[in-house]
Amino acid sequence: MPDLGIDVLWKGKNLSRLLGGLWIALRISFVSVLISIPLGILLGIVMTWKNPITRAITRIYLEIVRIMPQLVLLFLVFFGTTRVFGWNVSAELSSILVFSFWGTAEMGDLVRGAIVSIPKHQYESAAALGMSRAQIYFDVIVPQTLRRLLPLSINLITRMIKTTSLVMMIGVVEVLKVTQQIIEANRTTSPNAAFGLYGTVFVLYFLACWLIGLLAKYLEKKWE
Amino acid sequence: MKTRKQKKLLALATTMALAAAILTGCGGSKAASNESGKVYRTLDEIKESGTINIGVFSDKNPFGYVDENGEYQGYDVYFGNRLAEDLGVEINYVSTEAASRIEYLQTGKVDLILANFTVTEERAKEVDFALPYMNVAIGAVSPDSRVITSFDELGAEDAVIVISGTTAETYMIENYPNVTLQKYDAYAQAKTALENGNGVAWVNDNTEVLAFALQNEGYTVGIPSLGDSDTIAPAVAKGNTTLLDWINEEIVSLGEENFFHANYEATLASTYGMEYIEELVIEGGAAE
Repeated sequence: MPDLGIDVLWKGKNLSRLLGGLWIALRISFVSVLISIPLGILLGIVMTWKNPITRAITRIYLEIVRIMPQLVLLFLVFFGTTRVFGWNVSAELSSILVFSFWGTAEMGDLVRGAIVSIPKHQYESAAALGMSRAQIYFDVIVPQTLRRLLPLSINLITRMIKTTSLVMMIGVVEVLKVTQQIIEANRTTSPNAAFGLYGTVFVLYFLACWLIGLLAKYLEKKWE
Repeated sequence: MKTRKQKKLLALATTMALAAAILTGCGGSKAASNESGKVYRTLDEIKESGTINIGVFSDKNPFGYVDENGEYQGYDVYFGNRLAEDLGVEINYVSTEAASRIEYLQTGKVDLILANFTVTEERAKEVDFALPYMNVAIGAVSPDSRVITSFDELGAEDAVIVISGTTAETYMIENYPNVTLQKYDAYAQAKTALENGNGVAWVNDNTEVLAFALQNEGYTVGIPSLGDSDTIAPAVAKGNTTLLDWINEEIVSLGEENFFHANYEATLASTYGMEYIEELVIEGGAAE
């Protein structure tokens, strides 16, 4: 078997540093997801309104998020807020803010799509049964919406996990940065470490996203 | 009809106010008081806080890197450790990338940059450099199969690898505007790109390319020294004179004990060998 340089993982605290980096990446994405989902659901409901003002505002918000690269948003929040307002937002908090800002918009659009996709007769049948507006929403529409949302939001969550690789640019030492540090520190002794370590990172990202996929499958079955 | 619309608007306003409160609440709690518009911390403020924030590279062996125990090491870090020791404060090393070093100083997120920072006129407009502690020029390394000795021999499809925000990038843009550049944000990415043959040569500080060719078989430094020799120096935020003056005095007094020669032996000798010591080290801030 060729030397992949994976043995550098057993040197010192390298493995625990790598896992620590993964934990930071996952922590940023999970906290952002936890913020994005409730805010995104609210936003999605607002987006279905026919009011032209709310439509314009949500539309602009969504377009800003779609057009702006996440890296630009990260720099804006991390450095920009310090320049303009003098706030000293920590790198990790900046990441969470950006990822939540992004996640809320995308989640909102997913929720909007899911709500719109519920056929009109569902509302009408529920109304015919004498249900109130709140009952229609929470007992009929929301459960169906959630089930439709699940695969879409899992896709968003895994995308968020993968995008955390950008936060190294504002100084957050996450899993990919730790990998580069280990590769560099050992570049004379294990020149092949790059392949082995990037391979390890691949497996780590895969496991993280795969486990979330499993959870989603379980939930989907349970809610059927 | 109107009342329903009003209700909706009210709900929207509440939602947005809530979101805004969450966002500003998080940011506000950590807000720094900067009424005077001064972003940096003076020498006394650093001493008072008991910690100095130093921006270094975390993936640039042997200048600034992290060892297997998670400790920062290297030529820059050796110097940083000594500065903090003499200042009597703890150190918080911040991992910076080449492209964001100036931004870190200008926003006061670090007090000092010791990240292999080459002194240039453009940069000196943005930050204040202290006395230099190392010499550097630009060089180019390429695979043995096709050693690039001049950029004039490049074809239209030959790309040259640089790291964004480095002096090598600026130099190439100014002096060889026709050469196609491939820009990478991190050192490790640029290295991988050269190894994968994405570009025909890698232009970087000559120390870097010399070390790279020494350590990686199959690569030759075809261009060992391009342009003028530059210096590497600590940088502080523009106007932070108290910290700047203290560092300058420190560099001069460290020269008396040949500190940077000891630093070279401890951190760089294993990479460059002892024969480059006099060319690379600047002692006591006195560049030729």
